[in-house]
Amino acid sequence: MSDNNNSQEIIVCRDVHKWFDNFHVLKGINLTVQKGEVIVVFGPSGSGKSTFIRCINRLEEHQKGQIIVDGVELTNDIRDIEAIRSEVGMVFQQFNLFPHLTVIQNITLAPSWVRRTPKDVSRELAMQLLNRVGIPEQAEKYPAQLSGGQQQRVAIARALAMQPKIMLFDEPTSALDPEMIKEVLDVMIELAKSGMTIVAVTHEMGFARAVANRMIFFDKGEIVEQGAPEQIFDNPQSDRTKLFLSQILRH
Amino acid sequence: MTAIEMKPPVLTVGPLAWVRKNLFSTWYNVALTLLAIGLLYALLKPAWLWATTEARWGVIEANLSLFMIGLYPREQVWRIWLTVFMLAGLIGFSWGVWKIAARGFALIALGAGAAFVLISLYFQWDVWTQWLVADFILLVFYFIGLRLRRGVLFATLGWLLYFPIVFLLVSGSKYIASLPPVPSNLWSGLLLTLLLTIVGNFGALPLGILLALGRRSKLPIIRYFSIGFIELIRGVPLVTILYMASVLLPYFLPIDVRPDNVARAMIGLIIFEAAYQAENVRGGLQAIDRGQYEAAQALGLSGAQTTILIILPQALRAVIPALFNSFISLFKDTSLVAIIALFDVVRISRSILAQTEWLGTHREVFLFAFIIYWAFNLAFTYGSRRMEEALGVGKR
Repeated sequence: MSDNNNSQEIIVCRDVHKWFDNFHVLKGINLTVQKGEVIVVFGPSGSGKSTFIRCINRLEEHQKGQIIVDGVELTNDIRDIEAIRSEVGMVFQQFNLFPHLTVIQNITLAPSWVRRTPKDVSRELAMQLLNRVGIPEQAEKYPAQLSGGQQQRVAIARALAMQPKIMLFDEPTSALDPEMIKEVLDVMIELAKSGMTIVAVTHEMGFARAVANRMIFFDKGEIVEQGAPEQIFDNPQSDRTKLFLSQILRH
Repeated sequence: MTAIEMKPPVLTVGPLAWVRKNLFSTWYNVALTLLAIGLLYALLKPAWLWATTEARWGVIEANLSLFMIGLYPREQVWRIWLTVFMLAGLIGFSWGVWKIAARGFALIALGAGAAFVLISLYFQWDVWTQWLVADFILLVFYFIGLRLRRGVLFATLGWLLYFPIVFLLVSGSKYIASLPPVPSNLWSGLLLTLLLTIVGNFGALPLGILLALGRRSKLPIIRYFSIGFIELIRGVPLVTILYMASVLLPYFLPIDVRPDNVARAMIGLIIFEAAYQAENVRGGLQAIDRGQYEAAQALGLSGAQTTILIILPQALRAVIPALFNSFISLFKDTSLVAIIALFDVVRISRSILAQTEWLGTHREVFLFAFIIYWAFNLAFTYGSRRMEEALGVGKR
């Protein structure tokens, strides 16, 4: 792993395999992500794209191959895993905010308990983040009192509060009503432009076109094709990519 | 078209409308109402006649202190009052700190205190001053709780310390001159019933939580131990557990730590109740979405932090009604300790009936025991219902 320490490679996946019982979900994924890159992963449902990004912070375990995040290989060593998880922020499709805590408590929880940040410091950071995602006035409310779009923005702020080096997005807009998608995408676009390393599973092609450095097409547990957005949209090589794009861009 | 505000039609509001709608809406409703009134009259008239003319309520008044504290030495009664005053202070303080969540219990305690003052004055008992003091302390600490900073910390500490202090006050110690030891065979009456209830429940809840977590543990030894413990205890009646605790426990322990009879009963009740609370808590744990674990893990929280900060607060709140329900059950189940020769409210009632001057007063005595249990449960149900409502607001 010493060859990764000095380079700008922040995520390295080599021949990653995973099975759910006998079902082969990931069939040898090779991917290297540079620091500051914005990567959009897309593909049909059941193609393994969500499973793949959940492997990057080990919410799922891979069974073969290597995943190296920020110079540390993911193994069963729980201390390494917890250290990596605090460097990798994740935003979920279903938001997964903590319903018994207020918005500000949701955001300050991990900095206080994992990083031991003093209360006033973590509170101030949380308010900055709420300003950044545009809902500082909701700080003292409970998640159930917010709209879906607001909840997802809180979830982004919660992940950013750990000041992560990488942000993972697992279909962040799929559970939202159409009129709320834009407010979440705006936050994500701003984040991408600020230089954050992002791996996002999403079918928001507008987002991909606007900020992605690279798009990766997943199908049946494999990376079928990857390239810059212009190349993927205007000149896809694989028939499977063409078919899938024609299906989601038809409307 | 703009909506016009109209007055409700005549006879849809007010008590008369309620009576008409609920009691006399149809012919069979009228018949049922009349039948119910007739039955109530037939039942209550003799009961009322008995209570006002025939009943010898003197048995209650003469033995009131026996009901309350049993054989506890009368010159040490100030220690019991001290625990009452401390409880009043804690309830008032919690009211000030937790506001609406504790208000139900506080109002009940305040009302009960006031009622005892009036009852004592009416019967010219001298304890009315103590109850007045208790209410006064409750209110004073309410205002302290409202003003004090870090009140939540003090209130939590207060409750945690309260139970050991009560235990020390009631049992005394040979090392403290002003608190001579009172052997546990003298703890009896309502005092014993409440001590068993409180120790049983507050001992069982942490144990139950651990068992519930253990039952879901990934480690097979812990999981199978928890399942075995829970299913074994749930599979036998409380009576047998009390017998076991009373008869068998001493054989397993070294001679110098042999617990007395009351402590054995407490251990038995804790073990019994823990198995049920574990199942209640497990229900709450199962209601927690997988996404909550994943979100906590993704933030880098450790397993213990996830459980304590994220999972348990949600799981426990989801099952508050079930936890309180078990609490009430145990309160009533403590009456079974009579079989291992402890003098709780029910057993004391029977011993009062053995007094020659009060022969034949079964109805009065058991009705009074009935009222004691019922009044406590009514108060507790009211307080816990208010607490559930307060904790549910805007948080789910």
